[in-house]
Amino acid sequence: MIVRLMSEGQYEIDETARERLNELDDKAVAALEAGDEETLDRHLEEMWALVKSEGKELPAESLEASDCIVPPADLTLEETRALFDGEGLIPDLPV
Amino acid sequence: MAGLMARLSMVIKSKFSKLLDRAEDPGETLDYSYERQIQLLQNVKRGIADVATARKRIELQTTQLEQSVVKLETQARQALAAGREDLARQALERKSAIQQQLQGLDTQLEGLQAQQDKLVSSEKQLSAKVEAFRSQKEVIKAQYSAAEAQVRIGEAASGIGEQMADTGLAIQRAKDKTEQMQARAAAVDELVEAGTLEDFSAGGETPLDRELAALASSSEVDADLERLKAEVGAGQGSKELES
Repeated sequence: MIVRLMSEGQYEIDETARERLNELDDKAVAALEAGDEETLDRHLEEMWALVKSEGKELPAESLEASDCIVPPADLTLEETRALFDGEGLIPDLPV
Repeated sequence: MAGLMARLSMVIKSKFSKLLDRAEDPGETLDYSYERQIQLLQNVKRGIADVATARKRIELQTTQLEQSVVKLETQARQALAAGREDLARQALERKSAIQQQLQGLDTQLEGLQAQQDKLVSSEKQLSAKVEAFRSQKEVIKAQYSAAEAQVRIGEAASGIGEQMADTGLAIQRAKDKTEQMQARAAAVDELVEAGTLEDFSAGGETPLDRELAALASSSEVDADLERLKAEVGAGQGSKELES
């Protein structure tokens, strides 16, 4: 499966890593919903570390779409919320 | 409730598909998407230049403020030695105001540097992908029927769409950080202009400088006078001996 670490690049990970990533993702959602920034950051950092250590980096010119995208670990809680809100943090592309 | 990763992926897909919905025939969609990628790349280059400029400005201000701190400390010492506690206090008050400005500036500069690095690496990745997209799009246009091309475009476009969103986010964050730093730099400039902090960098004399200079020159004059008095006194003495 292909994972994008947002602002870093794409990695390919195997099934075992995918399961662990999903577990961490569930915990991250719970932390976001509880408004617990510290725990959220910790889980996101764990997700990043996992993908980096277990994954194989894809070349920059690869045009493959990712199966999932991990947000940056250094976002504030507000920024993270904005990221998931349609109007969010990702600006509209230039016109 | 979907996980963070899935939700983020959805947000990004929907952003990019809105962009692609504009054109009707596949060839047009490809060209249009490519144009947007080129525009985004130009924006990123501009963004990198802006961040670098803001960072240099703050670095320069930091150096100037640090020099001011050293100078004010010396001046306070001189004033005390001359018995002018009031002047010494004034110098130390300014020093403290400048030190407050300096606090946290290093951390903010580091943050700005990190944003700049992110932007540079995003730009590299996007450039590589845009180039790959360019050759892909020519292949798609030449080799596929309209219906097949739609599918291929979907594949090529979602990969590049992610990278564009990713790079867009890097620009956005760098921009926010740059604006914060520019506001801070402007605030320091304003303080300098208002005279709260003297603009030592301009090399101009401040009232404090002038008073200290006056103090120094009056004590130099006193010393000179004493020296002359001593010389004259000695000369008179030797004359008396000669006669």
